[in-house]
Amino acid sequence: MTQFFGDFKEEQIDCEEYLALGFSPGSMPLKHRWRNNGLSADFMGDYLTTFFPSNSKDNKLNEIDKQIEIKGAVSYIANELLENAMKFNDEASNYPITIRLILHSDHIIFHLINSMPFQNVSKFQAYIRELSSCSDPQDLYVKQLERNAQEEDGMTSSLGLLTMINDYMAKLGWKIEIIEQEPKLVIVNTMVKISV
Amino acid sequence: MEIKTEDYHISYDTETTTINYTGILRLSGMDEYAPIVQLFNQVLEQEPPLVTFNLRQLQFLNSSGINVLSKFVIKIRQKKNIKMVIKGSKKILWQGKSLKNLQRLMPNLQLDLE
Repeated sequence: MTQFFGDFKEEQIDCEEYLALGFSPGSMPLKHRWRNNGLSADFMGDYLTTFFPSNSKDNKLNEIDKQIEIKGAVSYIANELLENAMKFNDEASNYPITIRLILHSDHIIFHLINSMPFQNVSKFQAYIRELSSCSDPQDLYVKQLERNAQEEDGMTSSLGLLTMINDYMAKLGWKIEIIEQEPKLVIVNTMVKISV
Repeated sequence: MEIKTEDYHISYDTETTTINYTGILRLSGMDEYAPIVQLFNQVLEQEPPLVTFNLRQLQFLNSSGINVLSKFVIKIRQKKNIKMVIKGSKKILWQGKSLKNLQRLMPNLQLDLE
Protein backbone atom coordinates (compact mmCIF):
# COMPACT_ATOMS: atom_id res chain seq x y z
CA MET A 1 0.00 0.00 0.00
CA THR A 2 1.35 3.46 -0.92
CA GLN A 3 -0.02 6.86 0.14
CA PHE A 4 1.05 10.33 -0.92
CA PHE A 5 0.72 13.60 1.02
CA GLY A 6 1.55 17.22 0.22
CA ASP A 7 3.69 18.10 -2.82
CA PHE A 8 5.43 14.76 -3.20
CA LYS A 9 7.15 14.12 -6.51
CA GLU A 10 9.39 11.16 -7.29
CA GLU A 11 12.64 12.42 -8.78
CA GLN A 12 14.53 10.85 -11.64
CA ILE A 13 18.10 11.08 -10.41
CA ASP A 14 19.91 9.57 -13.36
CA CYS A 15 20.42 12.86 -15.18
CA GLU A 16 20.87 15.29 -12.27
CA GLU A 17 23.74 16.14 -9.94
CA TYR A 18 23.04 14.43 -6.63
CA LEU A 19 24.58 13.47 -3.34
CA ALA A 20 23.38 10.63 -1.11
CA LEU A 21 24.42 9.47 2.36
CA GLY A 22 23.26 6.26 4.00
CA PHE A 23 23.21 5.17 7.64
CA SER A 24 22.59 1.79 9.18
CA PRO A 25 20.55 2.58 12.30
CA GLY A 26 21.41 -0.61 14.15
CA SER A 27 25.17 -0.27 13.89
CA MET A 28 25.67 2.26 16.69
CA PRO A 29 23.45 3.62 19.51
CA LEU A 30 21.56 6.82 18.70
CA LYS A 31 23.37 8.90 21.32
CA HIS A 32 26.77 8.04 19.90
CA ARG A 33 25.82 8.93 16.37
CA TRP A 34 23.83 12.12 17.11
CA ARG A 35 26.77 14.38 16.36
CA ASN A 36 27.05 12.81 12.91
CA ASN A 37 23.74 14.43 11.91
CA GLY A 38 25.29 17.88 12.14
CA LEU A 39 28.56 16.79 10.52
CA SER A 40 26.69 15.19 7.60
CA ALA A 41 24.38 18.20 7.22
CA ASP A 42 27.29 20.67 7.24
CA PHE A 43 29.15 18.55 4.70
CA MET A 44 26.11 18.58 2.40
CA GLY A 45 25.81 22.36 2.75
CA ASP A 46 29.51 22.87 2.00
CA TYR A 47 29.45 20.44 -0.90
CA LEU A 48 26.60 22.19 -2.69
CA THR A 49 28.23 25.62 -2.59
CA THR A 50 30.72 24.28 -5.17
CA PHE A 51 27.92 24.49 -7.71
CA PHE A 52 27.35 28.20 -7.13
CA PRO A 53 30.77 29.63 -8.04
CA SER A 54 31.55 33.30 -8.39
CA ASN A 55 32.19 33.98 -12.08
CA SER A 56 33.18 37.61 -12.07
CA LYS A 57 34.30 40.30 -9.64
CA ASP A 58 31.03 42.23 -10.05
CA ASN A 59 28.98 39.26 -9.05
CA LYS A 60 31.29 38.11 -6.33
CA LEU A 61 29.38 39.65 -3.41
CA ASN A 62 26.05 38.30 -4.63
CA GLU A 63 27.56 34.90 -5.17
CA ILE A 64 29.03 34.86 -1.67
CA ASP A 65 25.65 35.83 -0.22
CA LYS A 66 24.04 33.07 -2.23
CA GLN A 67 26.61 30.54 -1.07
CA ILE A 68 26.00 31.52 2.58
CA GLU A 69 22.26 31.24 2.02
CA ILE A 70 22.46 27.81 0.37
CA LYS A 71 24.97 26.43 2.85
CA GLY A 72 22.90 27.62 5.83
CA ALA A 73 19.58 26.38 4.44
CA VAL A 74 20.94 22.98 3.38
CA SER A 75 22.71 22.50 6.74
CA TYR A 76 19.58 23.39 8.70
CA ILE A 77 17.15 21.28 6.66
CA ALA A 78 19.43 18.24 6.28
CA ASN A 79 20.18 18.28 10.02
CA GLU A 80 16.48 18.46 10.94
CA LEU A 81 15.62 15.63 8.53
CA LEU A 82 18.40 13.42 9.89
CA GLU A 83 17.46 14.19 13.50
CA ASN A 84 13.85 13.20 12.73
CA ALA A 85 14.95 9.99 11.04
CA MET A 86 17.20 9.02 13.97
CA LYS A 87 14.43 9.76 16.48
CA PHE A 88 11.48 8.19 14.72
CA ASN A 89 12.84 5.27 12.70
CA ASP A 90 11.68 1.73 13.47
CA GLU A 91 14.40 0.33 15.71
CA ALA A 92 13.10 -3.21 15.22
CA SER A 93 13.96 -3.06 11.52
CA ASN A 94 17.43 -2.74 10.09
CA TYR A 95 16.20 -0.64 7.19
CA PRO A 96 18.82 2.00 6.34
CA ILE A 97 18.28 5.74 6.66
CA THR A 98 19.13 7.56 3.43
CA ILE A 99 19.34 11.26 2.70
CA ARG A 100 19.64 12.43 -0.89
CA LEU A 101 20.10 15.91 -2.30
CA ILE A 102 19.30 16.58 -5.93
CA LEU A 103 20.48 19.80 -7.48
CA HIS A 104 18.48 21.57 -10.18
CA SER A 105 19.22 24.93 -11.77
CA ASP A 106 16.66 26.81 -9.66
CA HIS A 107 15.84 24.47 -6.78
CA ILE A 108 17.18 21.77 -4.49
CA ILE A 109 15.27 18.62 -3.56
CA PHE A 110 15.92 16.62 -0.39
CA HIS A 111 14.69 13.07 0.05
CA LEU A 112 14.91 11.48 3.46
CA ILE A 113 13.98 7.80 3.54
CA ASN A 114 13.51 5.91 6.79
CA SER A 115 11.41 3.21 8.40
CA MET A 116 8.68 3.98 10.95
CA PRO A 117 6.98 1.75 13.54
CA PHE A 118 3.53 0.79 12.20
CA GLN A 119 1.79 1.95 15.41
CA ASN A 120 3.11 5.52 14.87
CA VAL A 121 1.83 5.88 11.31
CA SER A 122 -1.69 7.19 11.95
CA LYS A 123 -0.42 9.90 14.35
CA PHE A 124 2.23 10.91 11.81
CA GLN A 125 -0.36 11.02 9.00
CA ALA A 126 -2.58 13.31 11.08
CA TYR A 127 0.38 15.63 11.67
CA ILE A 128 1.46 15.84 8.01
CA ARG A 129 -2.18 16.30 6.92
CA GLU A 130 -2.31 19.32 9.25
CA LEU A 131 0.95 20.65 7.76
CA SER A 132 -0.14 20.04 4.14
CA SER A 133 -3.54 21.67 4.49
CA CYS A 134 -2.32 24.66 6.49
CA SER A 135 -2.97 27.97 4.75
CA ASP A 136 -1.22 30.11 7.39
CA PRO A 137 2.02 28.42 8.49
CA GLN A 138 3.04 31.44 10.59
CA ASP A 139 -0.11 31.07 12.67
CA LEU A 140 0.40 27.31 13.05
CA TYR A 141 4.03 27.90 14.05
CA VAL A 142 3.15 30.38 16.80
CA LYS A 143 0.36 28.09 18.06
CA GLN A 144 2.81 25.18 18.18
CA LEU A 145 5.30 27.27 20.22
CA GLU A 146 2.54 28.25 22.66
CA ARG A 147 1.41 24.60 22.87
CA ASN A 148 4.96 23.44 23.56
CA ALA A 149 5.34 26.06 26.31
CA GLN A 150 2.30 24.57 28.09
CA GLU A 151 3.92 21.13 28.08
CA GLU A 152 6.79 21.54 30.50
CA ASP A 153 8.06 17.99 29.92
CA GLY A 154 7.21 17.63 26.22
CA MET A 155 9.92 15.50 24.67
CA THR A 156 9.45 16.53 21.04
CA SER A 157 8.88 20.04 19.69
CA SER A 158 7.17 19.22 16.35
CA LEU A 159 8.96 22.29 15.00
CA GLY A 160 11.48 20.87 12.50
CA LEU A 161 9.19 20.50 9.49
CA LEU A 162 7.25 23.62 10.44
CA THR A 163 10.40 25.80 10.50
CA MET A 164 11.28 24.53 7.00
CA ILE A 165 7.86 25.61 5.69
CA ASN A 166 7.58 28.84 7.64
CA ASP A 167 11.17 30.14 7.70
CA TYR A 168 12.75 28.56 4.60
CA MET A 169 9.67 28.66 2.33
CA ALA A 170 10.09 24.93 1.67
CA LYS A 171 7.49 22.74 -0.06
CA LEU A 172 7.07 19.37 1.58
CA GLY A 173 5.64 16.04 0.46
CA TRP A 174 5.56 12.48 1.74
CA LYS A 175 5.27 8.96 0.40
CA ILE A 176 4.34 6.30 2.94
CA GLU A 177 4.68 2.69 1.86
CA ILE A 178 4.07 -0.59 3.62
CA ILE A 179 6.64 -2.78 1.91
CA GLU A 180 6.33 -5.91 4.08
CA GLN A 181 3.31 -7.30 5.89
CA GLU A 182 4.57 -9.78 8.50
CA PRO A 183 6.01 -8.10 10.43
CA LYS A 184 4.89 -4.77 9.03
CA LEU A 185 7.66 -2.63 7.55
CA VAL A 186 6.67 0.97 6.86
CA ILE A 187 8.95 3.26 4.83
CA VAL A 188 8.51 7.04 4.83
CA ASN A 189 10.02 9.15 2.05
CA THR A 190 9.98 12.83 3.05
CA MET A 191 10.59 15.29 0.23
CA VAL A 192 11.63 18.90 0.82
CA LYS A 193 11.98 21.40 -2.00
CA ILE A 194 13.61 24.82 -1.67
CA SER A 195 14.20 27.44 -4.34
CA VAL A 196 17.73 28.72 -4.92
CA MET B 1 26.94 30.70 35.72
CA GLU B 2 28.50 28.95 32.78
CA ILE B 3 28.19 25.82 30.62
CA LYS B 4 31.14 24.86 28.47
CA THR B 5 31.41 21.88 26.13
CA GLU B 6 33.35 20.99 22.99
CA ASP B 7 30.57 22.40 20.78
CA TYR B 8 29.17 25.39 22.67
CA HIS B 9 29.74 27.86 25.49
CA ILE B 10 26.99 29.62 27.43
CA SER B 11 27.76 32.17 30.12
CA TYR B 12 25.85 34.75 32.13
CA ASP B 13 27.32 38.20 32.64
CA THR B 14 25.75 39.54 35.85
CA GLU B 15 26.82 43.13 35.18
CA THR B 16 25.08 43.44 31.84
CA THR B 17 22.49 40.73 32.66
CA THR B 18 23.39 39.13 29.34
CA ILE B 19 23.40 35.43 28.48
CA ASN B 20 26.08 34.90 25.82
CA TYR B 21 25.85 31.91 23.47
CA THR B 22 28.68 30.77 21.22
CA GLY B 23 29.23 27.69 19.05
CA ILE B 24 26.78 25.10 17.78
CA LEU B 25 23.69 23.89 19.65
CA ARG B 26 22.19 20.77 18.13
CA LEU B 27 21.31 18.71 21.18
CA SER B 28 19.04 15.70 20.86
CA GLY B 29 16.03 16.85 22.85
CA MET B 30 14.69 18.44 26.00
CA ASP B 31 16.74 16.14 28.27
CA GLU B 32 19.99 17.42 26.85
CA TYR B 33 18.81 21.03 26.94
CA ALA B 34 17.95 20.72 30.66
CA PRO B 35 21.21 22.30 32.02
CA ILE B 36 20.65 25.32 29.73
CA VAL B 37 17.04 25.63 30.95
CA GLN B 38 18.36 25.45 34.50
CA LEU B 39 20.85 28.27 33.89
CA PHE B 40 18.07 30.40 32.40
CA ASN B 41 15.78 29.69 35.38
CA GLN B 42 18.55 30.79 37.75
CA VAL B 43 18.83 34.07 35.87
CA LEU B 44 15.07 34.52 36.02
CA GLU B 45 15.01 33.91 39.79
CA GLN B 46 17.19 37.01 40.22
CA GLU B 47 14.45 39.03 38.48
CA PRO B 48 16.73 41.43 36.58
CA PRO B 49 14.77 44.27 34.94
CA LEU B 50 16.33 43.34 31.59
CA VAL B 51 17.59 40.06 30.15
CA THR B 52 19.71 40.14 26.98
CA PHE B 53 20.37 37.07 24.87
CA ASN B 54 23.48 37.56 22.78
CA LEU B 55 23.31 34.97 19.98
CA ARG B 56 25.72 36.65 17.57
CA GLN B 57 28.28 33.87 17.91
CA LEU B 58 25.78 31.01 17.86
CA GLN B 59 26.38 29.45 14.45
CA PHE B 60 23.65 26.81 14.57
CA LEU B 61 20.56 26.07 16.61
CA ASN B 62 18.32 23.11 15.80
CA SER B 63 14.54 23.15 16.10
CA SER B 64 14.70 21.65 19.63
CA GLY B 65 16.87 24.63 20.56
CA ILE B 66 14.47 27.06 18.90
CA ASN B 67 11.75 25.47 21.02
CA VAL B 68 13.81 26.04 24.19
CA LEU B 69 14.46 29.66 23.21
CA SER B 70 10.74 30.19 22.57
CA LYS B 71 9.91 28.81 26.00
CA PHE B 72 12.32 31.34 27.56
CA VAL B 73 10.59 34.17 25.68
CA ILE B 74 7.17 33.01 26.89
CA LYS B 75 8.42 32.75 30.48
CA ILE B 76 9.76 36.32 30.35
CA ARG B 77 6.50 37.51 28.75
CA GLN B 78 4.61 35.98 31.69
CA LYS B 79 6.83 37.83 34.18
CA LYS B 80 5.65 41.21 32.82
CA ASN B 81 8.31 43.13 34.82
CA ILE B 82 11.29 41.86 32.80
CA LYS B 83 12.29 43.35 29.44
CA MET B 84 14.02 41.23 26.84
CA VAL B 85 16.57 42.00 24.14
CA ILE B 86 17.84 39.47 21.61
CA LYS B 87 21.04 40.32 19.77
CA GLY B 88 21.49 38.40 16.53
CA SER B 89 23.39 38.47 13.29
CA LYS B 90 22.01 38.63 9.76
CA LYS B 91 25.19 36.91 8.60
CA ILE B 92 24.09 33.70 10.32
CA LEU B 93 21.25 32.34 8.21
CA TRP B 94 19.09 30.66 10.86
CA GLN B 95 19.02 33.88 12.86
CA GLY B 96 17.77 35.98 9.93
CA LYS B 97 15.18 33.30 9.16
CA SER B 98 13.87 32.28 12.57
CA LEU B 99 14.46 34.94 15.23
CA LYS B 100 11.70 37.24 13.97
CA ASN B 101 9.14 34.61 15.02
CA LEU B 102 9.98 35.30 18.66
CA GLN B 103 8.54 38.79 18.32
CA ARG B 104 5.20 37.20 17.45
CA LEU B 105 5.30 35.58 20.88
CA MET B 106 6.32 38.76 22.66
CA PRO B 107 5.67 41.92 20.61
CA ASN B 108 7.69 44.21 22.91
CA LEU B 109 10.77 41.99 22.62
CA GLN B 110 13.61 44.03 21.17
CA LEU B 111 15.36 42.23 18.33
CA ASP B 112 18.72 43.70 17.27
CA LEU B 113 19.90 42.04 14.08
CA GLU B 114 23.18 43.46 12.82
